[in-house]
Amino acid sequence: MNGHIETLPGWAAILIAVLLIIGASLTLLGNIGLIRFRSFYERLHAPTLGASWGTASIILSSMLMFSVLNGRLIIHEIIIGIFLLVTTPVTMMLLGRAALRRDRSRGLVITNESRDPDPDTKQP
Amino acid sequence: MTAASFLHFALTYAQLCLILAFALASWRMLKGPRAQDRVLALDTMYVDAMLLFLVIGIGNGNLFFFEAAAVIAIVGFVATASLAKFLMRGEVIE
Repeated sequence: MNGHIETLPGWAAILIAVLLIIGASLTLLGNIGLIRFRSFYERLHAPTLGASWGTASIILSSMLMFSVLNGRLIIHEIIIGIFLLVTTPVTMMLLGRAALRRDRSRGLVITNESRDPDPDTKQP
Repeated sequence: MTAASFLHFALTYAQLCLILAFALASWRMLKGPRAQDRVLALDTMYVDAMLLFLVIGIGNGNLFFFEAAAVIAIVGFVATASLAKFLMRGEVIE
């Protein structure tokens, strides 16, 4: 099943492995930020790391592997890259505006010190 | 350590990292505490699943995992955008 890996030249295998390690580590770091940050507006920033640079690195390694294996340029993974690069800011901006509108409609004041106000579970 | 075994190690490491990232995002989605946290965690889970499919496709040498990853990316964007609009206005289509 993994016979195609042994047919790769050494430099391509090492480059693909390094790109894979970088992309997976960055995605994991972004998700650790999603867990560790304390307010929603800080958490909104963290997964963008995985969505932009994790995806870019893994897509680069995929493009490199299939191009080297087939002996011609295969770059259709770049469709996913362009799509994510276009849509990630849109989703993050929509989510941020939705959170701001919900907070304002509840009468919450947003400051830098407002850590996780959690009005859904707290009963007045 | 030859280059091929290093690539095998990197593939296993990447799959473990992405599965752990998926687990962290699903924990945030279950825990909340607010609705927009859950939507953000769902969007992150879509991205993680798409990257996991790409890595499995690299490990198998199979180009068809790319199409599943593209479908996941598109469906994830539509789901997150519609959920964010629902959170903002209370309805999706105005």
